[in-house]
Amino acid sequence: MKIEIYGTGCAKCKKLFENAQAAAGSDALVSKVEDIQQIMNAGVMLTPAIAIDGEVKSAGKVLSVDEIKKMISK
Amino acid sequence: MANECCSGTTTVLFTCSGAANVGQVANQAAVDLQQEGIGKMLCLAGIGSHNSGMIASGKGADRVVGIDGCTVACTKKALEHAEVPMTDYVVVTGLGFKKQAHDGVVDKEAVEKVKDEIKKCLGPVVASGGT
Ligand code: SF4
Repeated sequence: MKIEIYGTGCAKCKKLFENAQAAAGSDALVSKVEDIQQIMNAGVMLTPAIAIDGEVKSAGKVLSVDEIKKMISK
Repeated sequence: MANECCSGTTTVLFTCSGAANVGQVANQAAVDLQQEGIGKMLCLAGIGSHNSGMIASGKGADRVVGIDGCTVACTKKALEHAEVPMTDYVVVTGLGFKKQAHDGVVDKEAVEKVKDEIKKCLGPVVASGGT
């Protein structure tokens, strides 16, 4: 599984990245997308955003570890 | 731009941008509002094409403004289909403007009226400076 966090690097983006890492454990590769062009090309207009296996699941919110775990298990 | 994460209330604007005169009025109103710092325009076509980033961005906003040219209601229906909850809605023909073929000139009076309606809807949000 591949998890991507979209954000230009503010505190909320970092928090979402940390929460995603905690939620995924060793099951997924969590990476950051900080380039504004790449963020916009993904259709993401509000950050931070999270994509799981290429599909953006949430934007503009810092999801909790539990919320991300629920998303992963779906 | 996409880095809206540290702002307060997030307002997004979806417009039908239709081919008819009223669709173009709807589009221009959203362009102007964004220029004035009232909301961020998002692509309705991105909703129609099921772009997950655009859908998630719509769902992540606090206020979702829809602007349709006419009662065919393309914005409203597309947002409903994607389960993006719309909070504020304006239809150009509902303000007394007639739908006809676009002749290349956007009716400025209509654009201003649409903008005024949206500003009225967003009243407290606009006043607080949070968009
Ligand atoms: S709402 Fe009316 S003007 Fe807008 S795209 Fe649909 S049919 Fe055209």
